[in-house]
Amino acid sequence: MRMITFAKRCTKEILRDPINLGFGLGFPLVLLLLLSSIQANIPVSLFEIDKLTPGITVFGLSFMTLFSATLVAKDRESAFLQRLYTTPFTAFDFIMGYVLPLVPIAIGQTVICFIFSIFLGLTVSVNILYCIIGIIPMAVFNISLGLLCGSIFSVKQVGGICGALLTNIAAYFSGVWVDLKHLGGFFEKVANILPFYHAAEMEKALFSGNISLAITCLFPILIYGVITMLIAIVCFLRQMKNQ
Amino acid sequence: MKAIKIDKLIKQYKNITAVDKLDLEIFEGELFALLGVNGSGKTTTIKMLSCLTTPTAGDAVVGGYSIINQSKKVKELIGVSPQETAVASNLSVKENLELICGAHGFSKEKTLAKIEKLSKQFSLAEVLSRKVGKLSGGWKRRVSVAMALISDPKILFLDEPTLGLDVLARQELWGIIRSLKRKATIILTTHYLEEAEALSDRIGIMQKGKLLAVGTVEELKLSSNTNNFEKAFISIVKEGEL
Repeated sequence: MRMITFAKRCTKEILRDPINLGFGLGFPLVLLLLLSSIQANIPVSLFEIDKLTPGITVFGLSFMTLFSATLVAKDRESAFLQRLYTTPFTAFDFIMGYVLPLVPIAIGQTVICFIFSIFLGLTVSVNILYCIIGIIPMAVFNISLGLLCGSIFSVKQVGGICGALLTNIAAYFSGVWVDLKHLGGFFEKVANILPFYHAAEMEKALFSGNISLAITCLFPILIYGVITMLIAIVCFLRQMKNQ
Repeated sequence: MKAIKIDKLIKQYKNITAVDKLDLEIFEGELFALLGVNGSGKTTTIKMLSCLTTPTAGDAVVGGYSIINQSKKVKELIGVSPQETAVASNLSVKENLELICGAHGFSKEKTLAKIEKLSKQFSLAEVLSRKVGKLSGGWKRRVSVAMALISDPKILFLDEPTLGLDVLARQELWGIIRSLKRKATIILTTHYLEEAEALSDRIGIMQKGKLLAVGTVEELKLSSNTNNFEKAFISIVKEGEL
C-alpha cells in the first residue's frame, strides 16, 4: 500500500512536467513524421513505416531513462528523499515506486506511436498488440538504467548523460535510421553487444509475425534488464545508506 | 524526563570529524537549539539523531530507543523538516500532506482529518490546491514543517527552519514554532543568534563538531560575564578556538 502511495506521487510528478511530456511523446512522433516524409520523397527501405514504427518505439524508451533518472536525482538533491527516509517507507517502496509508474507510461508512448503510424499508412494487425507487450522488457531495462543514473549522478549530469548521450546511443546503435549492416565493422559489433539493436529487431520481428526471431532477440534484452535492475538496486541502496 | 540522551557520538568523513564525542541530554517538551556557524556539525548531529546517517562511534537514545539498533522504532517517534524545504514540487500542498499520511499508513478518514487540522494550524487553506513549487519560500517552509508534524511526532527536528526567509516570513514561522512548544520536544538548528535567543528553552553552542557550551540564554550570558547574547556567543566560540 505504501509503495502504491509513492508510485502515485511519482506518476503525478512525471505527468505534470510539460517538458517531459513534450519530449517523451512529441519527439518520437516528430521523427515518425519526418522520416516518413523522407521515405515518401526518396524511398529508403529502412524508413518504410512497418520497419520504422517498431524502431521508433524502442528509441522512444530512452526518454523513460531520462524521466526516471531526473526524478530520482531531483528527489535526492532537493532532500525530498532524505525526508522520506525518516518515514516508514522502505527501500522496496522507493524502488518499485520509481519503476512501476513508468511501465504504463512507456506502454502509452508505444500505443500513441502505433496509432500515429496508422494514420501514416501502417497496416492494422494483431501483431501491433504483440509489439506493445514486447516493449515491456526493454522498458524495464531503460527505467532501471534511469534509476541507476539518478542514484549516482546529479540532475545536471543526468541531463547530459541520459538526455543527450543515451538518446544518441539508442538512436544510432538501434539501427533505426542507420543500416548497421552497411556500416559494418566496429560499429556493428558494438551494436550487437548493446541491447538497443536487439530490441528494435525484436519489435520488427513481432510486427512481421516472426515469433522465433523475436524470442532470439529477447534474450540479450532480458539479460541487460536483469543486470541493470540489480546494479540500480545496489546503487540506490548505497545512496540511501549514504544519506 | 529525557527525550534524547547522546553518548559520545562521533561522525567522521575520511579526514574530517564532523561531530566529535558529543554528549548531550535533551528533556521532554523542551525546545533545544543547536547554535553554530556553518560547518559546526549541527546538521550532521540531526542526521544521526534522525537515523539518516550512521554514527562512526557512540550512540544516542531517542525516545527510549537506540539510533544504532532500533532505528525503525526511532523513526516512528520523530518528525523531520530538513534544511532544504524537501517537498514534491509538482504536487499540490494537499497532495504533499497526503503523501506523508500514506507513508504512515493512515486511513482515508484519518488523512482527511489530519489535513484539516494542519490546514487550520498552519493557515494553509488558501494554498491547499496550489502546486508547492509555485509557492514562496515562506509558504514552502510552512508546508515542510506541517509535513513533519503529520505523524504527531514526540520529537521534532527542525534543521535551519528559517534559512533564506525574509523578516516577515521568519516572524510568522517563529509564531508557528512557538505554538508547537510543549506539544513535542523540538530540536532546532540555526546560525541566527536572535532565533535561538527568541525561541529556545536551552541552547547548545557547537563549533568544529564539538559542543562548547549548554544552557539557557541567561546562563550562557552569565558564564561569559556579559548582558549581550551575541557577545556571549563570540566569547564562547573564541574560547573554543584556543
